[in-house]
Formats: sequence, C-alpha cells, structure tokens
Amino acid sequence: MTPAQPFSYDTLVIDAEKEVGKICARIRDGLKNQLKRRGLVIGLSGGIDSSVTAALAVKAIGPDRVFGLEMPERHSAKETTSLSRSVIDHLGIESQRIDISPILEAIGFYRMYDDAVRLAIPGYGAGWKSKIVISSIFENQGFSLLSVVAQSPDGETVTERLPLKPYLEIVAATNFKQRTRKMLEYYHADRLNFAVAGTPNRLEYDQGFFVKLGDGAADLKPIAHLYKTQVYQLAEYLGIPEEVRKRPPTTDTYSLAQGQDEFYFSLPYREMDLCLYGKNHGVDPSIVAQAIGLKPEQIEKVNGDIDTKRATTRYLHLKPLLMEEVPEIVI
Amino acid sequence: MSEMREQVRAYIVDNFLFGDDNGLEDSTSFLESGMIDSTGILEVISYLEEQFAIKVHDDELIPENLDSVGNIVGFLGTKMAAA
Repeated sequence: MTPAQPFSYDTLVIDAEKEVGKICARIRDGLKNQLKRRGLVIGLSGGIDSSVTAALAVKAIGPDRVFGLEMPERHSAKETTSLSRSVIDHLGIESQRIDISPILEAIGFYRMYDDAVRLAIPGYGAGWKSKIVISSIFENQGFSLLSVVAQSPDGETVTERLPLKPYLEIVAATNFKQRTRKMLEYYHADRLNFAVAGTPNRLEYDQGFFVKLGDGAADLKPIAHLYKTQVYQLAEYLGIPEEVRKRPPTTDTYSLAQGQDEFYFSLPYREMDLCLYGKNHGVDPSIVAQAIGLKPEQIEKVNGDIDTKRATTRYLHLKPLLMEEVPEIVI
Repeated sequence: MSEMREQVRAYIVDNFLFGDDNGLEDSTSFLESGMIDSTGILEVISYLEEQFAIKVHDDELIPENLDSVGNIVGFLGTKMAAA
C-alpha cells in the first residue's frame, strides 16, 4: 500500500489514458445496448467541456459517427466560432454552423430580454450590453444578491439589484438560447439516427448549473462525473487545441462577458473543484483550507453554499412526477 | 402587530404551502426547513415591498430579518417605526 498523499490539487489527478478507455467503452455500450443509436450529435461552444466530450465521442466511435453543431448568436463572444472551428478541424468530424439569432429574434427573445432588463434599468436599450452577477458568499452576510450589470454605448456601467419579476423574466428569456440549441441538436440526431451527448462537467451537474430541457437535456453525459480540472487533464491527453485549453471558462450567454464564478460558483473552478472533492470525501475543512490558501470558515461557507445549490436545483434533475407508478415502464 | 403577523403568516401559508399550514411556527426557519429557497426569498421581498410600502435595502437581506414569520414581523416593526 502506498502512503496516503497529502490533500492538494494533485489529489484530483487521474490516469487519463485509463479514464478515456473507461468512458469510451461506456459510450459504445450505451449506444449499442440502451440508446440503440448509431452515433452522437454534440453542440460545440469552443469551450473545454464540449471539446473534450466531442473528442471522447470520436475516440469511442470514430469521426464518421460524430456530428458537431456550432450555434452562435449575436451575443456570443467573437472568438467562439474560431475556437469551435479549430476543434472540428482537429477531430475531422462533419459539422454545421447555424446562427440562431434569427430563431431567437422570431421567438421574441431579444425584445423580451431588453424589456426585462428595463424593469430594473429604465434607460436600457439598443447598443447596451448586460449580464447578471451574484454577490460573493464571502461578502454578503445573508442571502445572495442578484444584480444586473449594464454598460451603455458610451461605456458607462450601471448595476442594479434585481427584484423578483425582472430576475425571473431575464432568466426565462435567456433560457431560450440553450433550449433553441437543444432543439437543433435533436433535429440532427433524429435525422441521422444519432443520440445527443450532453457536456456538463461534475461541478455543473452537481450544482445544477444548466437549463432544464436546455443544455441539461441529453441521452448521455460523458464527463458529468469529472471535476473540471480533470476535464482539462483529459483535454491535454486528447490533444485539444491549446487556444481552447487556455480560454478562461465563460458562460458565453450574456452580451457582457461573464465568468462562471461571478454568476454561479463561489470560487474559480480549480478551488471549487477541490472544495467539492473535499466535501464529497469528508475531508476536514481545515485541510481543504490549507490546500487552497483560504480560511476554514470560508470553506465551511462554500460547503454550505454547495448544499444550498444542491437543494435549490434538485428540480432540474427530477423526472416528471407521476401520480401513480406505471410498473410496465422500466427505465 | 398581531394583525401584521397574521397577514404575513397567511401570505406564507398561501403562497408557499398551498394553504396547508401544519407545523409552521413563527420561529420555523424558511431556509432550514426547505420551505423557501433563494428565489422564494425574492418573492418574500417583493411581497413585503408591495404590501407594506417599504424598501428592503441590500444590507437588510439577512436571515435575521427574513427567514421566519417571527423575523419578518420583527423586521417590519423596525422598518415601520423608522418610517
């Protein structure tokens, strides 16, 4: 037996080759025995998660059985499509680029979104950019504060706390983006007799950082059990282009650039990974704190926040509730 | 004060518990009991602001003010007295 290693970032290091082998075997098995589909459709955002998911799919079933979809819209970051293109070229898969802005326009998204922001910031309109931010759990004394941050065309920034109605309306409208993308993924999956691969990592899956029936919908989720740092590790092993591996995680959802840790997670992903791992494995907060360079009280706060998010997003994982069991349907 | 308490309690029971108030005490923590989540707290704030014509400030968004019927009533008392 090897002596126990001290708890550190190295604790999350996995045997990439073995892990890739295991995931690929499971993908093949799932497609063949459960899903009964011939390949996989994957939405490519130019981010690390979708790139690794696509690379795993290619490794598991070959490039001819993987179809990539790039689905930018007018708020997507400029670099998004060049990054997703580099992944498509690297993997040698067939793909299609569909600008979803006209669909969102037709459904009324841009108008609904602007109207919702105007409830909080009356001057908001054409040429403005915005995003939602959440207060740091280390700063607020009680409940998290949600705010909308808007930038006027001349660069002035306005921040307003969001009351219930504009908050719900902004989120509801924004969810059209993820759901529109999923609708297109399933169109292509049905057309090709493929299944859809979802791309959440463990942080996102555990903490409910996805849209129900949007990016949360999929037939299989190859990296949902992996911490984000482990996804980066697989990215390196799988030869994902360096520019994709170097891109800071972004939601790429709002017109103003938004880091995942200012909207949802209480810490940047490396620290968040280690906190979640420590909590899942019963590591004492003082040991986690030492490994990250925070105070034990802060780790306890993060752990509390993890529990809160699990509780409040349980609804996202739930299947439709039946009023009575239907025993003939076994899943 | 007791009228305000009844009003707040009726809102909580009606809006979050679909009219079934069993077990709800003035000291029951909304968050710990799982009755109300973070979006629910936004609902509570909107209700208080509309119903009692007050403005809940950022630094007042703490469990001591909002996390139970008793805490809300105490908070409203302070706000009304200051108005």
